[in-house]
Amino acid sequence: MMRYSLREAVAALRRAPVLVGLSATMVAMALFVVGLFGVAAYNLRVALASVEARVEIVAYLRDDARTTEVVLGQQELSDIPEVEEVRLVTKEQALAAARVDLPEFGDVFSGLDENPLPASLEIRLRPGSRTQDVLEDVAHQAQLYPFVEDVRFGRDWVERLFLLRRIGGFTTAFLGVAFGLVAALIIATAIRIAVFARRDEISIMRLVGARNGLIRRPFLLEGAVTGLAGAVLALALTFLSHELVTAFLFDIEFLPASWIVAGVLSGALFGIVASAWAVRRYLREV
Amino acid sequence: MIKFHHVTKEYPPRGKALDDVSFHIRKGEFAFLTGHSGSGKTTTLRLIHMSERPTDGEVRVSGFSSVRTSDREVWKIRRRVGYVFQDFRLLPGRTAAENVAFALEVTGTPRSAITPKVQRLLGQVGLSAKYGAAVEELSGGERQRVAIARALANDPLVLLADEATGNLDDRATRGVFDLVRQINAMGMAVLMATHDLDLIRRHPEIRLLELAHGRLVYDSETAEPGVPPTDASPLSRQIRTGVTGVGAP
Repeated sequence: MMRYSLREAVAALRRAPVLVGLSATMVAMALFVVGLFGVAAYNLRVALASVEARVEIVAYLRDDARTTEVVLGQQELSDIPEVEEVRLVTKEQALAAARVDLPEFGDVFSGLDENPLPASLEIRLRPGSRTQDVLEDVAHQAQLYPFVEDVRFGRDWVERLFLLRRIGGFTTAFLGVAFGLVAALIIATAIRIAVFARRDEISIMRLVGARNGLIRRPFLLEGAVTGLAGAVLALALTFLSHELVTAFLFDIEFLPASWIVAGVLSGALFGIVASAWAVRRYLREV
Repeated sequence: MIKFHHVTKEYPPRGKALDDVSFHIRKGEFAFLTGHSGSGKTTTLRLIHMSERPTDGEVRVSGFSSVRTSDREVWKIRRRVGYVFQDFRLLPGRTAAENVAFALEVTGTPRSAITPKVQRLLGQVGLSAKYGAAVEELSGGERQRVAIARALANDPLVLLADEATGNLDDRATRGVFDLVRQINAMGMAVLMATHDLDLIRRHPEIRLLELAHGRLVYDSETAEPGVPPTDASPLSRQIRTGVTGVGAP
């Protein structure tokens, strides 16, 4: 029976190559837009991830803080599951770093009688735990130690960073779904035309007692092939666009392999779902 | 074999196509179903094939009930019911053999069994010589024979014929009718919907059912012997008495 479905699907593709080709091209256009947004979203994500990796909490210590207490606090903060590393920066290390990072103030730093910079604990969170809630929670815990003078983690820009990430994620998801639906509608329309062209066969199949699954299967395969071909074409167009942007405008990254596989499989899945919908509607009508 | 129990079929807003119809066709029986256009003949056949479900009442076909059989199981009934039409409904661009083979293929007959079975079926309907002929090359009578061969493909228990001789000349009509009788003689029940009063008249031994406005108005099996049909069943009256009654065509 599977052989019958495959043969019928291939025959249908051969019978109407222009229709299938046009459908695949239209699907490709819709998925191409998804692909372009995917590239933009991925690059935004990469950029945000590199910024996010620099998110850390700095707990400035009192000058009279005892070393044993600080080491104990450092250990306790390290034991928090979301914390990746707690690094103690002494007053001397802070000054040395300031001299390197701020060479324009070299004269000021060299003329000092006393080191004005405080020692600090630099707390880095694990990837995936760098959320606003965790940041605030860990900062609050650090603030509770009596040897801690002040805690900073750039609340404002962290809030903006997470807002930007949410907007990026939402826009990509919304446009992905919208253009995915457009692709599905195109496939469904093409399959309805194909179903209509084969209405005589379908009517005879029902007449003699063929099971609905057998009637549907060739159309599902045809839809899967159309969706798959559209997705592959969209991928090629997206890659070409990426190459052009990289060559003439600026360096951007292409989609990762997992996104490519998911995108191409989604194309096939859209094809199957859209075909199932179209055939189901037709079988209910006749 | 086929049992209609107070069957009503309504198509809103047009109204009732069948209204409280009850009858029983036994295994191996042959019956004519007549009536004017729109009387409910085709609806009756479609209900037996379960292309339609009754609005009220119950249709039973070979143990399957219209009330209890789900849409997913309808194919089981359809394989027990052969169906032929006035317009043949053959697939254009295919040969006689391919048309018959199609019915076997889509119902899961093993590939190796298809060709010998197609040869046997075309032989049975007298078309062995037309095995590889495209349906467009066949006469009306030959096309109907191919349609009958296709209807027999799954060894059904009942054959439904919806005006199967309506497009044929007298000679072809006789040929197709003789073929249907042969098939009936082998034990298959036949319900033949027809307008052809001459055909019915030539076979008074065959049971006659008449529908008018969706109601069963005459059944020769339950009619009182020796009492002719009345104006309530105009076609039966015309057939049995030769009198053209009210509403005769």
